Amino acid sequence: MADDAKGGGGLSFKPMDQFQVKPLFGDYGDPIHWYTITNVTLWLGLAILAVIALMVLTTSKRDVVPGRGQSIAELMYGFVYKMVEDVTGKDGIKYFPYIMTLFMFILCANFLGLIPMSFTTTSHIAVTAILGFGVFFAVTILGFVKNGASFLGLFWVSSAPLPLRPVLAIIEIISYFVRPVSHSIRLAGNMMAGHAVLKVFAGFAQVAAIAPVAIIGVMAIYGLEVLVSAIQAYVFTILTCVYLKDALHPHH
Amino acid sequence: MEGELAHIGAGLAAIGSGAAAIGVGHVAGNFLAGALRNPSAAAGQTATLFIGIAFAEALGIFSFLVALLLMFAV
Amino acid sequence: MADTPNAAGEAAAPGMPQLDVSTFENQIFWLLIALLAIYFVLSRVALPRIAGILAERQGTITNDIAAAEDLKAKALDAEAAYDKALADARAEAQRISGETKAAIQADLDVAIEKADAEIAAKAAESEKAIAEIRAGAQEAIKEVAKDTAKEIVAHLGGKADARSITAAVTSRMKG
Repeated sequence: MADDAKGGGGLSFKPMDQFQVKPLFGDYGDPIHWYTITNVTLWLGLAILAVIALMVLTTSKRDVVPGRGQSIAELMYGFVYKMVEDVTGKDGIKYFPYIMTLFMFILCANFLGLIPMSFTTTSHIAVTAILGFGVFFAVTILGFVKNGASFLGLFWVSSAPLPLRPVLAIIEIISYFVRPVSHSIRLAGNMMAGHAVLKVFAGFAQVAAIAPVAIIGVMAIYGLEVLVSAIQAYVFTILTCVYLKDALHPHH
Repeated sequence: MEGELAHIGAGLAAIGSGAAAIGVGHVAGNFLAGALRNPSAAAGQTATLFIGIAFAEALGIFSFLVALLLMFAV
Repeated sequence: MADTPNAAGEAAAPGMPQLDVSTFENQIFWLLIALLAIYFVLSRVALPRIAGILAERQGTITNDIAAAEDLKAKALDAEAAYDKALADARAEAQRISGETKAAIQADLDVAIEKADAEIAAKAAESEKAIAEIRAGAQEAIKEVAKDTAKEIVAHLGGKADARSITAAVTSRMKG
C-alpha cells in the first residue's frame, strides 16, 4: 500500500494509522515511556468516565420507579448478573463485580472507539492480552485453590473410553492454553478488522465516481460495527463466565 | 520479491475469513433450524449460539491476523 | 515491509501499531489503572447502589401486594356485610309489609262489618217501612174494595151485609 502511495497516482489507504499510539503532549515520534500520557490514556480515561456516567450518575436519585438512565444501569446490572448466575451457578455470584468490570470496560471502550477520529483501546493486542491472560491466570489459580489437584480432572475426560483419554487429555490441555490467546485476539481482531475495513471504504471515497457507494458502504459497515462492539463485549464476558465455571466445577 | 510473496501469502490467508464465514453461517443456520422446530427451547440457548459463533469466528480472525502480519510485519 | 523504509510515513512507523512493542508498557500501565478505577467505582458505589435499589423495589412490590391482599380481604368483608344488611332490610321490609297488610285487613274487616251492620239495619228499617206501607195499602184497598163491593151490590139491588162482603174481599185479596 505504501508502494502505491509512493507511486503517486494510486489511492492512499492508511487503514492502520488510526491505531497509532501517540503522546498527547508533544510530537509523534517522541519516545513513549510507561508513564507518558498518550491517546491511550485519554480514551481509557473517557471509558472510565463513561462507566461512571452510565452506572453512577444515572442511579444517583435511587428512584423506585426508574427513569431512562437508571433503567439502562439496571438493565446492564441485571443482564450481567443473570449471565453470571446462569453460566457459573450460585457460587459464581461473588465474582460478579470482576466480570461486571470487564463487561463495562469492554463495552464502553468499544463504543467510544466508534466515535470518528477516536482511538480504539480494545483494538490493541497489548490491552486485550492483559484482559485475556488476566482472566486465564485468575481462573487457573482459582481452580487450583478451590479444587486442589482435582482441578486437573478438567483434562481427564472420565466419560470417554480409557484408551482415548490420554489423547483427549492432550487435546484438552492444548485447547486450555489456547483459550487466553483466542480470547484476547478475538476481541482485538474484531475491533481492528472492523475499523480497518471502515478506513478502507473511506479510502475509496477519494474517487468521486464511487464515492456515494463508498459512503453508503461506510454507513453499513458502521452499523455492523455497532453490533459487533456489543456482541464482542458480550462474548468476552460470557466466555469469562464459562472459564470461571470450569474453574469452580472442573468435572465434566 | 520477498515483499510480493508476502502479499500473495496475505491474500491466501484472507481466504480463511471466507471459511470462517461458512462456519458462522453453519452455526447460525443450524440454530435457526433447531429453534424453528422447538421455539420454546430456543430462548435458553442463545448464549450457546453466541459462544459457538465466537469460536467459529475466532479462527477466521486468526487468518485475518496472519494476513495482517504478512502485510505489515514481515 | 517494516524493514523497507516507509517513504510515505513521516517517521519510521511500523506497519502495524499493534505490534509496536515500545508502546506496550505504556498501554498496559494505563489499562491496569483504568481497570482498577472501574473496579473500585463499580464495586464500591454502583453495584451496591443498584442492588439496593432492586432490593428496595422488590420490598416495595411485596409490601404493595400484601397491602392489596389486605384491601381485597377488606372488600370481601364489606361485601359480605352489605349482603347481610341487604338481606336484613329485605326481611324487615317483608315483615313491615305483612304487618301493614294485616292491620289494613283488620281495619277493613271492621269497616266491612260495620257497613254490613248498617246496611242490615237500614234494610230492616226499610222493610219495616215497606211492610207498614203495604199494610196501609192493603187496608186501604180492603176498605175501597168493601165500599166498592157494597156499592155494587147495592146498585144491583141486593143487600149485602157487611160481614159477608168483608169475608169475600179478604178471601179474594188472599187469592
